[in-house]
Amino acid sequence: MRRIAFSKLYIGLVLVIMYLPILLIVIYSFNESKISSVWGGFSLKWYEMLRTDRAMHEAIKNSLILGALSCCAAAIVGTLGAVGMSRIKLRTKGAVEYLSMLPIMIPEIILGMIFMTFFALVGLPFGMTTLVIAHTAFCIPYVYMMVKARLAGMDASLMEAARDLGASPWRVFFDVTLPLIAPAVMSGMLLSFAMSLDDVVISIFVTGAETNTLPIKIYTQMKTGLTPEINALCTIMLGVTLIIVTLSGILGGRKKGDA
Amino acid sequence: MRRSNRRGIPHGFLMSLPMYLFTLFFVLAPLCYMVILSFLTRAEVWGVVHEVTLDNYRNILTPVYLKTFYESLKLAVICVVLIILTGYPFGYFMAKLSSTWKRRVSMLLMIPFWTSALIRMYGWIIIFRSNGILDKLLMGLHITKEPLKLLYTYPAVVVGMVYALVPFMIFAVYSSAEKMDWSLVEAARDLGASPAKAFFTVTLRLTMPGLLSGVVLTFIPSMGLFFIADILGGNKVVLVGSLIQEQLMKARNWPFAAALSVVLMILTSLIIWLYRRVTKVRDLEGFY
Repeated sequence: MRRIAFSKLYIGLVLVIMYLPILLIVIYSFNESKISSVWGGFSLKWYEMLRTDRAMHEAIKNSLILGALSCCAAAIVGTLGAVGMSRIKLRTKGAVEYLSMLPIMIPEIILGMIFMTFFALVGLPFGMTTLVIAHTAFCIPYVYMMVKARLAGMDASLMEAARDLGASPWRVFFDVTLPLIAPAVMSGMLLSFAMSLDDVVISIFVTGAETNTLPIKIYTQMKTGLTPEINALCTIMLGVTLIIVTLSGILGGRKKGDA
Repeated sequence: MRRSNRRGIPHGFLMSLPMYLFTLFFVLAPLCYMVILSFLTRAEVWGVVHEVTLDNYRNILTPVYLKTFYESLKLAVICVVLIILTGYPFGYFMAKLSSTWKRRVSMLLMIPFWTSALIRMYGWIIIFRSNGILDKLLMGLHITKEPLKLLYTYPAVVVGMVYALVPFMIFAVYSSAEKMDWSLVEAARDLGASPAKAFFTVTLRLTMPGLLSGVVLTFIPSMGLFFIADILGGNKVVLVGSLIQEQLMKARNWPFAAALSVVLMILTSLIIWLYRRVTKVRDLEGFY
């Protein structure tokens, strides 16, 4: 009995420590005082400041466009890829699968570096285009793995029945496979969006001088001068991530702990 | 299930074509270019000269950079050990919870897991800052008299790293402890093994794939997460990742940055290869 109590206590303690920094950010975003260690009363003024900050609006807009474009691109490429790969037996399949998963396996810094040098080599102008390509690269694995897992747990006879009844492979894909894997696609897309919205390492390397995303802006501010405005911004981003992850969890209908 | 459309091209191939092309153009090609770049010479002012050399690799072997590698590896080892010590018990205890609580705890873990590490680091700045929360608390309890000035120190970086990476270990250990056959532990106990002995001979061995997977998932990033070292460590803690970033953005020595990345990449692959050799598992436990 005592051991069970201890294990629960330990889990509780670790969770409290995990949430502490997050809660502090949220609490201090409503702090009237400019000094973060002093509580000066409840205030929404930092949110008000955010609302009027032009550069911040630009960054928010960029981040949203980037997230939307790269998660859609990843959804198309990743879903088609997972379905297609499940139907073929090419010798290169394993290698391509391995390579396409690399962007989330190797350290982010290397991914950032290879994209930066490669884009410079092929002469792509740094900015939204390069950001979208780089983000798509690390979003594909999320969609691909989700869809692949879903396909593995699916009844293949449904597709075969459709084929036997004379449906073309593409018809089967759109009428049978896609509706069945749709929750997995959505769930993968949402996670990709969350990842894209949060990414700082890769974005720093592939962004142009003109294009700021939210995390880049937060990072530069953290390095130069901290303003409580960041608290407010971080709180909003936490809220967005929370909504996305919850939605994804509901759609995916699976626990994160599953391999 | 290989069916062809009228023209005889397998449609499965057509479907995966975008992924094939994307991977070829935007993963394989950049990776190859990194390797090529690492053998080229840096131009006087900007860019690279197409002159093959081994100088970049020789450069890594100079004491200054070797020391960075050593320091970065040391930090990674310290972090991974602390991550095991905190994350392993968590994952292990979590696997013993009732299924309702399992679901609740993994939901609770999702949020820190998916929210940006950058943002979570900001919370630690609030805590560590001189005269911040921690100093106030410790001085209020009369444990310390002076502010500790923990921000921009080595311990702050360690805490930040462990904090950012521990969920990976928890999920990895949890997913293998969850699958474990607990009756084996009971059997060991019935046969007279002490709880400690039963743990070390049975439980630990059975959860080893998860533990090792957690090590891989945390060791690799802890050499590359330069922004944590940057934000919480000031410029006092330099990782291999920080070095690469500096060479790319400030020193503009791309070939050298490429050589550093190649070495880091080899180190990474070596660790993953070792993991597969030891556990004979292809996919990392607790990882998509």
